[in-house]
Formats: sequence, structure tokens, C-alpha cells
Amino acid sequence: MVAVTPEKAAPPEPSAAPQRRPRRSRAGYWLILPAALWLGVFFILPFYSLLASSLFDPSGSVLTGYKVTYHWANFPNALRDYWIPLVRALWYAALATFFCLILGYVLAYAIAFKAGRWKNLMLVLVVAPFFTSFLIRTLSWKLILGDNGWVVSALQTVHILGANGRLLATPIAVIAGLTYNFLPFMVLPLYASLEKIDGRLIEAAGDLYASPARAFFKVTWPLSLPGVVGGTLLTFIPAAGDYINATLLGSPNQNMVGNVIQKLFTTTGDYAAAGALSVILMLIILVMVILYIRKAGTEELL
Amino acid sequence: MNALSRLGRWVRDHLILILGILVLVYMYIPNMVVALMSFNDSSHARNLYQFQSFTLNNWLHPCAPDGMCQSVAKSLEIGIIATVVATVIGTLAAFALVRHRFHGRGSMNLVLFLPMASPEIVMGSSLLALFIAFHAGGHLGTGTILIAHIMFCLSFVVVTVKSRLAGLDGNLEQAAMDLYATESQTFWKVTFPLVFPGILGAALLSFSLSFDDFIITNLNAGQTVTFPMFVWGAAQRGVPMQVNVVGTVMFLIAIAIVISGEVLSRRRSRALAG
Repeated sequence: MVAVTPEKAAPPEPSAAPQRRPRRSRAGYWLILPAALWLGVFFILPFYSLLASSLFDPSGSVLTGYKVTYHWANFPNALRDYWIPLVRALWYAALATFFCLILGYVLAYAIAFKAGRWKNLMLVLVVAPFFTSFLIRTLSWKLILGDNGWVVSALQTVHILGANGRLLATPIAVIAGLTYNFLPFMVLPLYASLEKIDGRLIEAAGDLYASPARAFFKVTWPLSLPGVVGGTLLTFIPAAGDYINATLLGSPNQNMVGNVIQKLFTTTGDYAAAGALSVILMLIILVMVILYIRKAGTEELL
Repeated sequence: MNALSRLGRWVRDHLILILGILVLVYMYIPNMVVALMSFNDSSHARNLYQFQSFTLNNWLHPCAPDGMCQSVAKSLEIGIIATVVATVIGTLAAFALVRHRFHGRGSMNLVLFLPMASPEIVMGSSLLALFIAFHAGGHLGTGTILIAHIMFCLSFVVVTVKSRLAGLDGNLEQAAMDLYATESQTFWKVTFPLVFPGILGAALLSFSLSFDDFIITNLNAGQTVTFPMFVWGAAQRGVPMQVNVVGTVMFLIAIAIVISGEVLSRRRSRALAG
């Protein structure tokens, strides 16, 4: 997370000597080797295992063992059985990403342009809550949104919620939890983009009689697009696979695809269906990411 | 500019800052609740998600719940080992990527980015599929958790160290070389100290990622119980309030580290300026 904090781009000074030029040597291979091996064996190779397990003969079990029988029917079967939690996960993640974008943009904008000398402190404050365990913080939302909590009673008083209305075990609680949990993943890339914008461009828009709103939509927003794309991806992807919020804040009616995969792998032991569902989720995310980056037209994302 | 429009501009300018601070406050609500609940006396409560009465017992007897402190120790052990390994391997890789040209550099950058863009459930389940394919399904435990943690920490280490290394002023190394420092002297006396804050940041990040991970760990842990797994298991029955003590302590330690880092860097830049 520290990574996305940008180095402030200094204008090239004429006196500055060029950066040490990268060398072509054998040392590079030795330096990269351990990381390459580790990721090759424990990140790339597992995808092959996952793909293989998605083609298992579904009649196998943990005891009798599994065989790769190229049982492609696992895919339509998984979709038929679990399309509801899959679509729900994508929908909840999209909503949470949208709310993160609104909240995150306000915060990132405030830090980049309005915080003055408190900039660094505010950036640190964005990350600091995340040193308290994810699970414990999510559990505390259970208390805040609880049936006897002040949020529910306040909403009941103003009749937004009925007398027996509740927030826990509703989609609202799950989406609120997702929004809260992934907000920093939105704020940091947005900040990194906004920080790079030359304030004089916005002033120039104002000098040319653009209203503040027009200056924002014609200047600031387009220039912050790389951050918007990066942030929405970093929020959407983990949110779509999450099952912690759905379990702790929701009910079985809010089960997401992560719940299903987790259950199929650990309790049911149906590796064929679990593998197929994981592959489907990964493919959907991959396709969405590619389309999205194309559409947004930002190539300098990485 | 008349007074009215000045007032309007003041409100508008500060409105964004005020809204931003409100968003920050929202991000801290759960931490405040966790800190509050660490003083909750839940001994005769039916509803564990409500504050009953004030007590110091949770802080005085943090290890009272069965197995909680063991799980914290397990998480610390895994976190420290994973951090050391990931930081060393990742720093080497960052140097390779910034300072050296080699075949496959572009694809290596992509492979390093991918773990950050994959849902945890997919990474965790594919690792589990790998372990099962190699008949290691019965040996899940600390070893397999470590493998997984080092894997997902690596990318974050590389990205963090890389950005520090790329922002380095090449003049300083050039100057050392001009003053007849050997290559290794230049590295240990100039380059390494300058990159070190980045390495330290990467290590901190790795540790917090490892200590906090649940989804990947849960799939590959076997019978081993880490702290997040303890919390998850307890959440089904009712969480012991001591969990909030651990959460609060972690938060305070993080704040202390961050503040001391900030103070140190301010002092250093003041010393350099003065």
C-alpha cells in the first residue's frame, strides 16, 4: 500500500546527471531467480492445478482420489448450480466499488489539494486502521449495525426503517462492510493520480471562465482517470472474491461466490465444482479488467 | 472580491476538506468500537455485540480465552518468517528489475503484478489444488501457510522497494565512485542506506499482510490455527472480548511505529537543512 504513494515527479534539471543506467549482465538473472522460482512454483503452477481440478471427474472423492477426465460439463454444471451467488458477488462488488469511488475521491482530493502540511499525516491515517485485524474490524460493524445499535434506532426514528426493520443480515450491511473494508485500496491510487495534477491547469480553466464544476469534469476528472481505473480494479477484484463480509454481516441469503468456493473446497470436498467455479470467477474478472482498461483507455496503469 | 464571495469560497474550499475528514472519521469508527469493547465486561451478557459494563479484566488477563494466545504466537511466528524471506527475495528482485536488463524482464513485471490482481479465494484454492495434486493434502500446516504468505507478500515487497529504488538520486552513487569508492563500498555505504527505508516499509507491509490474512490461510492451514482463524472460529460462538485487546494493541504498535518513523524523517531532514 505504501507502494502507490508516488514519488513527486521532479522536473528534470539541466544539471542533474542521468540515473545509473541499467546494465545487461548475468547478475540480473541471479537476483531475480529466487522470486521467479517462488512465484513460478507457488503462483503460476497452482493455476494449472486449479484448471486440472476443474476438469476432474466429479464422481471422485477425497478418499478415492480424483482423475482428470476433461469433464468439461463441470463448467455448465457449476454455472447452473451457483449462478445466483456468482452474479450477487459481482453486483455487490460493483456497488461497493461505486461507493468507494465517491468516498475515496472526496478523501483523496482533500488530501491532494486541501490538506497542506497535514498531507503526510492524513495519508498515514488512511492506512493506519488497517493494522487492526480485518476480521475484528468487520465484526465491530456487527455491533454498530446491530438491532439495538444507534444506527438502527436512528433510522427507525425517522421511519426509514420499520419498527422491526434491521440492517444486519441484509444486502445493505454486506455492501457497507465491503465498502468500508476496501476503501484504502481506492484512496491510495486516486491520491497518486490527483497528486500529479498540475494545479495551474485547474486555475487556467477557471481563468477561462469555466465554472468549478466544469473545470472539475473537463480537467481534474480526466487527468485522474488512471487512479480511478487502478482504484476501481483494486477494490472490485478483492471485493468480488470476498466472503468474510457476507458471512459475518449477512445471512445465507447474501452468500457470495467466495462462500460457495470456500464451502465446496473445505466442507463438501467437491474439488471439481470448486475448481470450475474458481476458474469461472477468474475468467470473468480477467475479461472485465481487459474490457474496462480498453474502455477507459489508460495504458499507463502499471 | 467582495466579502460574500470570499465567504462562499472559504466554505467551498473547506467543505471538501471537512468532507474528507468525515470520510477519515468513518474509517476509524470500527477501531474506536474495538478499543471500547476491549473494556467490555461480557461475563454475564447474552448479546456479545453490545457494551455491558466497564472492566479492566480483559487487559489484565489477555490470555484467558482458550487457545487465543497460542494463535497469536503462531501468527507472529509465521509473520516474522514470511516477512524475512519475502523481504530478502523481493529486495533482490527489485534490484534486478530496476538496475539490470535481462530477458523476460517484462513478463516478470507482469507475474509480480498478478498476485495483487487476483482474488484471494482463487489464489488460495489453486494453491490448495497444487498441494493436493502433490499428495501434500495431509501435510497442510505451518509450512504450507508460510509458502502462501511468502508468495503474496513478495509482490508488495517488490513494488515498494522498486519505487524507492527508482526515485533514488543517481548522483550520490556517481559521487561515491568518483571519490574512488569500490563498487561494494558504494553499495553498502550509499545505495543500501538510501534504499533501507523502502525495505523497512516493505517488511512492515508484509508483516501486516501476513498477520492479517484469513482467506488464503484458511484454505491451506490444515489443523494449524492462526489468530485470524481463531477470531473466525470464535465468531460463530461469540467472540471473547480479549480479541479486542489484541486488535487495540496491534493498532497502537502500528501507530507508534508510524509516528516514530515520521519523527525520525523530520529530524533527519531538519538536520540536513540545518
